[in-house]
Amino acid sequence: MGQLLIGLINGAFYAMLSLGLAVIFGLLNIINFAHGAQYMLGAFVAYFALQWTGLGYWWSLLLAPIVVGLFGIVLERTMLKRLYHLDHLYGLLLTFGVALIVQGVFRHEYGSSGLPYGIPSQLSGGYNLGFMFLPTYRAWVIVFSLAVCLATWYVIERTRLGSYLRAATENPALVQAFGINVPRMITLTYGFGVALAALAGVLAAPIYQVNPLMGADLIIVVFAVVVIGGLGSIMGSIVTGFALGVVEGLTKFFYPEASNTVIFVIMAIVLLFRPSGLFGRAT
Amino acid sequence: MSTPVHQLVAFGVMVALLLLAPFFVYPVFLMKALCFALFACAFNLLIGYVGLLSFGHAVFLGGAGYGSAHAAKVWGFPPEAAILFGTLVAAALGVVIGALTIRSRGIYFANITLAFAQMIYFFSVQAKFTGGEDGIQSVPRGVFLGLLDLRRPLTMYFVVLAIFLLGFLIVYRAIHSPFGQVLKAIRENEPRATSLGYRAEHYKLIVFALSATLSGLAGATKAIVFQLASLTDVHWTMSGEVVLMTLLGGLGTVFGPVVGAFIMIGLENYLATLGAWVTIVQGVIFVVCVLIFRRGVVGELGRLLRRPL
Repeated sequence: MGQLLIGLINGAFYAMLSLGLAVIFGLLNIINFAHGAQYMLGAFVAYFALQWTGLGYWWSLLLAPIVVGLFGIVLERTMLKRLYHLDHLYGLLLTFGVALIVQGVFRHEYGSSGLPYGIPSQLSGGYNLGFMFLPTYRAWVIVFSLAVCLATWYVIERTRLGSYLRAATENPALVQAFGINVPRMITLTYGFGVALAALAGVLAAPIYQVNPLMGADLIIVVFAVVVIGGLGSIMGSIVTGFALGVVEGLTKFFYPEASNTVIFVIMAIVLLFRPSGLFGRAT
Repeated sequence: MSTPVHQLVAFGVMVALLLLAPFFVYPVFLMKALCFALFACAFNLLIGYVGLLSFGHAVFLGGAGYGSAHAAKVWGFPPEAAILFGTLVAAALGVVIGALTIRSRGIYFANITLAFAQMIYFFSVQAKFTGGEDGIQSVPRGVFLGLLDLRRPLTMYFVVLAIFLLGFLIVYRAIHSPFGQVLKAIRENEPRATSLGYRAEHYKLIVFALSATLSGLAGATKAIVFQLASLTDVHWTMSGEVVLMTLLGGLGTVFGPVVGAFIMIGLENYLATLGAWVTIVQGVIFVVCVLIFRRGVVGELGRLLRRPL
């Protein structure tokens, strides 16, 4: 049961990160390689807020996505915007470069060891469920991220704003002809995806510590999750995120040697039978 | 097709410089740069001529490194056989990974190759024969073909140079052949190439395997030169580095990857004492190249001279 819980926690992060990637990919057609770095930035914003201004966890939950989202918006306006007329690979390379810079700067300043970030007092402790001990904070992470994911899905699939977004994904020129400011929508979408990463970073801070490289390896796993789920599918990325977290947790219990590779093995199998992913559209 | 004169001249200049270089520059640095230059040339074969960005090429470099280090140290192979074995390991990996990934395109391809590379990385961390975090250390250099004692730095250097030139010429030959023309046709317009009767996936798989094999040749040689095969060479940051070298030198140029590799290795050598600054500088070069310098050093040079280099 403990491994199942850890799996669900990891799954929550996979889901939130791959959701952000999917939202960004849907409209911008780029893989945001800086996603891991932005997740790390979210955790660092929470850390700085506590150290410098004394603002606690709850403020950071609000503040970090805004700050890092603004960073994303600036990035999109000043750099990514110039690459839309080129091959989408350049967008990937640019964000990769940005990730290297951000991670390099933080590693230079804070080294590779983690900085501690405490669990907020309201969420410390836990429940004894009889068959296992459930720490409150972990339960909170699962519930909260699930809520965020579902809210995002609702906005994109069920509201008018979301319908503009989906239409712009299909045919940006036509949507623009209807008088909708597509470039601004692209900017805000990128900002939103980045903000999701930062939010995941804040959630992760009390569990994994705040570390300059916390996003670097995680993001590769998330890429595999995205490949399995199929790029550009909102619900697909949420479901696969949680499911793969659980699979990984169970593997850790039954066959620990394979726990790091199981997601990649699943990816290989999925690719053999469904090259565009479980929920993806054919390309 | 005959080779254009300016490319012959450029090739002559490159060979002359590389022949003279070890008498002025530290040979170990040059050997490292040559191994990476070959790696980048092999990588460029994919991105420059087929338009496929592989983000997992470190697997072939590092996998071949493990292969040749293991063969030389544990099995006692002579260096030429160890290098050959390492190269074959990379070729086999290339065929398997290529067969699984080649149907995807663009960003999907980059993503999937990256994920495969990470899978092999975790495998390398856990497998017994790779030595985990320690890697395979103190690999014997041995005597090349029973004649050349590789423990002497200059002898080692010229053997590495010969291997590099062999790989370079294979890449050159592949690009400037009917096969290479088909690759370019696929890059420009895949449906049309298919409609002309070329089996695009077939061609892409062959060139992927070739690129993997030559990357393996670079990695196998590198393991013998440094007497070490380690996790660094399998990690995805290495895959990023080779992208950077090729991008900086010039995508789809003949000499660009070589120039890019020498610049990057020189820079790393220079910045090595500054720790995390290497990453920052790499990131800045990436951003600058992508935003305003997309032709790369050699690409810009070729444009100034109005001749493709």
